[in-house]
Amino acid sequence: SIHPSIYPSIHLSIYLSNDPNVLQRSMVEEGSTLVRRMEICVAEAEKRSGKNAVNMQETFTVYLIETRCFAICISSCLTSAVHEFTSAFSPDSLWRRYSEFELLRNYLLVTYPYIVVPPLPEKRAEFVWHKLSADNMDPDFVERRRIGLENFLLRVASHPVLSNDKILHHFLTEEHGWKEVVYETGFQAKADSRIRALSATFRVRNPDKRFMEMKHYSDQLQSHTSQLLRARARVADRLYGVYKVHGNYGRVFSEWSAIEKEMGDGLQSAGHHMDAYAASIDDILEEEEHYADQLKEYLFYAEALRAVCRKHELTQFELEMASQDLISKKQQHEELATGIVRTFSFKGMTNKLFGQEAPEQREARIKLLEELIAEGEDTVKEKTVECEEHVERAWVDMQRFKEQKDKDLREALINYAVMQISMCKKVEKSISAPELFGA
Amino acid sequence: MSGQTVPADFSGHMLDLDEDEDLEVFSKNTSLADGSPMPNSPSSMVNQYRLEEEEEEQQQDANARDIFVSVDNPESHVTAIETFIMYRVVTKTTRSEFDSSEFEVRRRYQDFLWLRSRLEENHPTLIVHPLPEKFVMKGMVERFNDDFIETRRKALHRFLNKISVHPILSYSQHFKVFLTAEELMSHRKQGPGFLSRMGETVRAVANSVRGLRSRPEEFTLMQEYVDDFSNKICSVDKVTQRIIKEQREYLDELKQYSPTYSQWAGSEEELAEPLRGVASCVERCGLETEEQIQHLSQVLVPALHEYVLCAETLKAVMRRRDNIQAEFEAKNEALASRRVDQEALQEEVDGLADRVELANNALRGDWSRWQNSMRTDLKTAFLSTAEKNVEYYEQCLAVWESFLLSQRAEPSEQNDGEDAS
Repeated sequence: SIHPSIYPSIHLSIYLSNDPNVLQRSMVEEGSTLVRRMEICVAEAEKRSGKNAVNMQETFTVYLIETRCFAICISSCLTSAVHEFTSAFSPDSLWRRYSEFELLRNYLLVTYPYIVVPPLPEKRAEFVWHKLSADNMDPDFVERRRIGLENFLLRVASHPVLSNDKILHHFLTEEHGWKEVVYETGFQAKADSRIRALSATFRVRNPDKRFMEMKHYSDQLQSHTSQLLRARARVADRLYGVYKVHGNYGRVFSEWSAIEKEMGDGLQSAGHHMDAYAASIDDILEEEEHYADQLKEYLFYAEALRAVCRKHELTQFELEMASQDLISKKQQHEELATGIVRTFSFKGMTNKLFGQEAPEQREARIKLLEELIAEGEDTVKEKTVECEEHVERAWVDMQRFKEQKDKDLREALINYAVMQISMCKKVEKSISAPELFGA
Repeated sequence: MSGQTVPADFSGHMLDLDEDEDLEVFSKNTSLADGSPMPNSPSSMVNQYRLEEEEEEQQQDANARDIFVSVDNPESHVTAIETFIMYRVVTKTTRSEFDSSEFEVRRRYQDFLWLRSRLEENHPTLIVHPLPEKFVMKGMVERFNDDFIETRRKALHRFLNKISVHPILSYSQHFKVFLTAEELMSHRKQGPGFLSRMGETVRAVANSVRGLRSRPEEFTLMQEYVDDFSNKICSVDKVTQRIIKEQREYLDELKQYSPTYSQWAGSEEELAEPLRGVASCVERCGLETEEQIQHLSQVLVPALHEYVLCAETLKAVMRRRDNIQAEFEAKNEALASRRVDQEALQEEVDGLADRVELANNALRGDWSRWQNSMRTDLKTAFLSTAEKNVEYYEQCLAVWESFLLSQRAEPSEQNDGEDAS
């Protein structure tokens, strides 16, 4: 599988360059002469038991994260090649539960709302076909989850923005106390409330068209991949049935061979082939699960993409609200200052009915409004910046995501074809043996 | 009783039977003795089975067949009382017993039933090939459904061919009448009446209730084999039906699966082309699966079904042989006990003893003949199925390989040597 390492922005071409200016620039950009390159893998999974938050006994799985640092020294002599040293020490390792991965991801989601954050492998097995266990403790499921978690870490660690995050580094290197550090960032308070986000979606007036298109696309991606996965699981289930029934041939042919003289050997060998054929489906379908996992990743990615679009709707909506609020305050101010009523208001009406208020009160109110207007203008400036920054950064990451998606999925489809071919070859070989049914 | 249609040189016919003649069918297409690794290529088997039915008969013709029969052209026949199907039966022969060298008659299913029951009556211990069943219960196939009629026609054709290559049965007078008489009804009315036939059955039952003194070892072994064979062939038949069912359900799901790729392609740009490619591959594999199911239904299922029916025929033959022996033993015992009318009874007993011997010989001879025939037929069907399976995987492989080619041929702009992957 892929092993992209953390390799933020130094490209190989720079090492080979003789131009001192180029290297200096990059050194300034990095801020250091040492580039940390880290190899990451999720090596193992183990069962543990312990008491949970409500003091009940539970069993869970922990995953071993191994990291190894490479130290790269850029020598001052520019014509010489870069020297690499692997660190003398053995890989660092620590154990993490799935829930800790979730916590990390939630942190990233809140902290980088303009990034399409890579998804975690599914919490519970979905799109199961009948044989595949829906049990979280099933060894095949645990193994596939291990691979999925490793894939998640590698995706995050190779992301140009996410890979620099300190909390991520802590997650990979500090086993104890990591949770406290995450909570201390206060990210949970920064999370957008669902209600606010939903309200924004309905009430926003001028969202960026591109983001709306992207949101629509994310819906499509989600619906198409889930339909595909569901259909594939049903096909797998049926195929399993076909192969296994052939196993019944195996038994009958063997028994039949016992009562035949001339045909006996042929029947016997046919029986064996049928047994082998029936047994071969398990490996075939297990391999196909990896293909399904690749598609599932993008099913979940669709959700992440939609989240970025919704964040845009929210920032845009807040900007619109702030602008609207400022306008109305300015209008109120104008009314009070000039006495001209432009719009209907209850205050105005009660004034008419019960008489105007005293001049001091009016002055106080005008002053207050002026303060509020000043605040409001700051707010609008803030929100504008927030909105524009989000649009800019999100657009960049969405493009990056699109390219990654096209490349990965095309590869997945090709691998699927390769899988089918190898399956056909294997089966063909086993059933076309010349001694079948005897000479 | 029996004996009218058995040729005088009965035993001569039995000795003439050369087992190897049937096996020659295979050795004709093999490369022998030189130790070639594949003495029987599946394709030669397949070709045998797949050829037009006339050619199939010619291939089986190792010893100059002199009579060829075919069943075709089913037509609906309507009368005031009923509607039924008439089949055309064409005979070509050089035998002198026949007045002409070509005959064409129309027969209905009931006529075939008549012929078979006559043959069984006259040759109680010969193995007469079974007829397709009256009607199929499961699946509730309509009697006039095209598939049903075609399946039946093929089975009737096989039945007549099996009779025509049988060294004894093909010389049956009833067979000749069946093939040549313009109108069969008048002939059907002749022969032992209903009541006398009833009487025979009652006697047979009575005798079997008495039980056999001692069945010769060889027939006991035969009985055991028949019981085992019956179990096994029924199991294979059941498994095959089940496989077809599972394959059909698999095919249904495949048909739902390929559109999910094309639908997805609709919302993609770069990915649209490979997605459509995969959709087409899945679709084409579905077509191959459909063909495979067809082949199973048309080649393996009928062959297995025939031998399921054969197993029942064999059981009936064993029973009849036992009855003949039982009848003799009963009379023989009577002879030993009663002192009355010894002479007449002795003659009867002698006659029955001969009958037993004839019956045993007939069965013995026909037994190995039947076994060879069974092995040939089933081997052919199995090999054809295996060959079809291989073809299925070869086709699917080609489908996916052409997709791969189409993908690899595209200029890949993604290979820019970035770190990731």
